[in-house]
Formats: sequence, C-alpha cells, structure tokens
Amino acid sequence: MTATTAETSRRMPSARAPLAASPRATKLLDAVAAWTLAGPAFLSLVVLYFLPVIAVFVIALTNWQFGAPSLSFVGLGNFAEVFADTGFRNSLLNTMVYVLIVVPATVIFGLAIALLIENGQSLRAFYRAVHFLPFMATLAAMAIAWEALLHPTIGLVNQTLSGLGLPTANWLRNEKTVLPVLAVIGIWQNLGFAMVLFLAGLKSIPQDLYDAAEIDGADQWLDRLRTVTLPMLGPVSMFVIIVVALRAFEAFDTVQILTKGGPGHASEVLLYTLYRESFEYLRTGYGASVTIVFLVIVVALTLFQARVMDERVHYQ
Amino acid sequence: MNAAHHHPARLPAITRHAVLLLTAALIMVPFVWMVSLSLKPPGEIFRASFTIFPEHWHAIENYTKALTAAPLLRYMCNGAFICAVILVLQILVCAPCAYALAKLEFRGRDTLFVLVLIGLLLPHQVLALPLFILGYQIGILNTYAALVFPFIVSPFGIFLFRQFFKSIPDDIVHAARLDGLSEVAIVWRIMVPMAMPAIVAFSIFSIVGHWNDLFWPLIAVRDEALMPPPLGIMAFRNEEAGNDYGPLMAASTIVVLPLIVTFLAAQSWFVEGLAKGAVK
Repeated sequence: MTATTAETSRRMPSARAPLAASPRATKLLDAVAAWTLAGPAFLSLVVLYFLPVIAVFVIALTNWQFGAPSLSFVGLGNFAEVFADTGFRNSLLNTMVYVLIVVPATVIFGLAIALLIENGQSLRAFYRAVHFLPFMATLAAMAIAWEALLHPTIGLVNQTLSGLGLPTANWLRNEKTVLPVLAVIGIWQNLGFAMVLFLAGLKSIPQDLYDAAEIDGADQWLDRLRTVTLPMLGPVSMFVIIVVALRAFEAFDTVQILTKGGPGHASEVLLYTLYRESFEYLRTGYGASVTIVFLVIVVALTLFQARVMDERVHYQ
Repeated sequence: MNAAHHHPARLPAITRHAVLLLTAALIMVPFVWMVSLSLKPPGEIFRASFTIFPEHWHAIENYTKALTAAPLLRYMCNGAFICAVILVLQILVCAPCAYALAKLEFRGRDTLFVLVLIGLLLPHQVLALPLFILGYQIGILNTYAALVFPFIVSPFGIFLFRQFFKSIPDDIVHAARLDGLSEVAIVWRIMVPMAMPAIVAFSIFSIVGHWNDLFWPLIAVRDEALMPPPLGIMAFRNEEAGNDYGPLMAASTIVVLPLIVTFLAAQSWFVEGLAKGAVK
C-alpha cells in the first residue's frame, strides 16, 4: 500500500500486497516508488535552487572576479564595501522611492477600479480585460512604446502638454523626472493585477453582511463601502500590497531598456545594480553580496505575506 | 422603498461607465500609440499633430522591414520553442513529484516539501549568478540549453499540483491500483487529466512568464540567433538607434500580439492562472 497509513492498508489489501511479503519490504518498495517519482524534481531542486543559494552566500564572502584564476575569502568585506558604496546606497534609495510610488498608487487605483467594475453588471468582462492587458503584455516591447510616447518632440505626452500650454520635459533624460516616470510605467503594468486580486476578494464578501448593514441603515453606496466592503477587504489589501511591493522590488526591464540606470545614476535600481555588477563588470563577489541584500528584502516580504495568508487561508 | 432593496446599493451607471471608460482609455494609450506609429510613414510620425490612423498607410513597409531587417521571426520561433520546452519539462518533472507529495507516504517527504517551499520563497534573480557560473562550467552558455535549464523544475508548479492532487479522493487512487495501474500510470492517466484546471493555470503562468522574461536571456545568450523576443526587440532597438520608429513599433506589436490574442480568447483562464501565481 503506498498512499495510505498502515491502518488503512490493513483494512484494504492492495494489489501489490502479495508481492511484498513483509510490511518492511512493502515499505521499502513504497519508498522506492515514491523516490522514483520525486527523484527528478528533488535533484533539480537541489542543483538549481538549494546549492545555488548556498553558493551565493559563499561567493559573497570572497573577492572573486569572474574569470580570475584565484580568489580569497574576505569575510564580510563585500558587505562593508556594498553599504559604504554611495552608488549602492543611491540604488537602494532609488528602489525605495520607486516602490513607495508604485505600491500605494497601484493598490489604490486597483481597488478603485475593482470596486467600480463590481458595482454594476454591464461590460464587466470588457473592463477587466482592458485593465489587465498591460500585466501580460511583454514589458520589453511595451517599454519601447512608452519611449515613443515620452519622446521629447514627437511623443504624445509632450504634444498634449504643449497643446494645453503646460511645461514639457525630456522625461527619460531628466534626473528629476526619470524615476517617477518609470514608476508610472510600473503602475500602468501592475494595476490590473491588483484589480484582479481585489475582484476575487470582493466576491468572497458574504451578501449577508450587506443585508445586515442595510437593516442597520447603511443603504447608501458610500455607507456600505465604509461599513462592510473596506473592512472586509483588509486582509486582501495587505496581501495585494505585499505582492505589488515584491513586483516593484523586481523592476528591471524598463530600466535596462530605457535608461540603463541614467541619467547619472538617477534611475539605478537594485536589480539593475545586481545585473551590472555581476554580469557586466563581472565583480562576482560584490555582485553576490548585492544579491543577498536583494534576497533578504524579498524573503522578508514573502515570509510576511505567508503569515498574512496563513491567517486567512489554511493549506491542507 | 427604493428599488435597490435586494441589491447592494449602486453608483449611478453613468458615473461607473464614465470613470471606467476613461481609465480604460488611459490604459490603452501605449498600445494605441504603438499600433498607430506602426502604420505610419516617417513623415507623419515626425509631424507635430497627432491622428490615430495615417493619411498614407505605411503598414506593409513597416511590418516588412520589422520582419526582414531583424530576425524577428527567428526571435518569435525561439520564444515559442523555449516556452514549449520549459513547460513540457516542468510538467514532466513536477507532476510526479506533486503526486508523491500529495498521495504517498515515504521517508523524506517532509524534507522534500521543505525544499519546495524554500524554492517558492526564492526570487529567481537571486539564482542567476550561481546558475550563470554553472552554465559556464558545463559549457552550455549561449545555447538553447542555457535558456531552459534553470527552469526545468518549478517549485510553484509542484506546490500548485500538490494542492490539486490532494483534493482528488484517495479512493480513486486505490481503485486504479486494484486495476493494476502502476504509480507512474496513475500520475499520467488519472491524476494529470483530472487536474487539467491546475495544469492550464500553471501553463499560462509559465508561458507568460518565460515569453516575457528579459533578465535571464540577457545573461544566458549573446548570439542573436538564440534570442527570445524581449531580448531580440531590445537588440533591434539598439541597432535602429531609436530613429526608425515605424518598423520598431511594428516589431513591438508583433512581439506583444500572440499573448494578447490568446488572452482575449481565453480571458478567464489567464486571469485565474496569473492570479494564482500571486502566491509565488
């Protein structure tokens, strides 16, 4: 008996029981069958996930430059260098600014659009599809479309602004505007994702609560929103905030394609720094310590998310 | 009493549609601009006034140039090939493991599941540096294998399939065993067909993710003949120096189109598949 406990195997003889004489032999056969099935996944997980993570930590303790014949252990020297490096601190700060623009705007707009879509029956699927479109469109290609849109002379943005008599800018080449503009692209891309998660959350609010609220006199849309919908969306909102924050921390494509971290270092974000140090400058040891900083941030957020989820959802 | 007695009170429909149509229009601006420029001759692109449709259609010239000046078709085929190989390998590797985790009892099962959870926790970019070194050591950088090997196992796939398999009654597994099916046959002939919703959701998650991925291909390959679409379009833009907008926008449109068409055809599958991925 393979899938079940010893107890059930006593109740129900398995097709294989005659082959395996003793319970111990059965157990051995079961283990062989299970590990045959799980073996490829186990090996790949070890080689492609587990060992690489350990390797990152080890490399981070060395001064290795990729291709160099020798290396030596420098302890926590790389981390000291990373945090003393104004370039890295700038990159971390830019990432924080980017995340702090993208997350609130994405969550608030995503929630507002979800509430509006859920508020009526007509055109639901259409609105959902349109708002979700950017999330699955290839960002590398759409970044190029955004670049054309933001072009200083022929772009629609500046044409519209100058048509309205408003000041224009060279959005992607100006140190002051570049990061907010990249954040706008981030919001544009992730808004539909937040919307979909909120729509799922809204569906799970029991109708009883609205009925009860109505008996209590909350019969206006705004009253219901305040007394029922928003409080009930609390846990979902926390989840959406973290998921969007994770995506914002992983911003890379727009920076790589549109700005390369410039002008100056005004749009350098964490993942771009990681990429450039590790794969362009081949400063492997240094790149590994940047990787660990990134890892710590993302894992902390993910674990926090898992705790929030555990309070609501119970995995078997 | 008012008519809304049995429904949640509503905003006026006109307010709802006005706001949503406005936000929908804003969301669509980059798409519309991209397609619009891809239809225009250079003279109209560099004109100060803006119209959606061109006076003189230049679509054929732009799309022809996009397909011939850069190996765009090659990029697209690379993308399709890489996504297909990754997905097939992921299902081949993940489904049996998920079945073992969900339905079998064996020593080391908990350790294996912890390994899956650790994998689920790790952002893939963290693995890029050691995987790059591994790829270099075994000499597969700048090949199709380099684009595929980091992804042959998906902790999210194992996790998702395991959840689904757990919901399939044990009796079905017992009955299959009494019919003389091997464990491998149970996975492929019973569990996987029954878990089709999970398989479809995961497939969408995987294909969208890998079709759109720029980070790993940028590290793994240099050769233009191996590039998937995001990397290819970046190379095309750098070569064109961003001045020949018509063909560039045509190329972007071609890259974005396959996923969008599939998405519009199977909307709810996509939304579900990608929303499930939120736990990843």
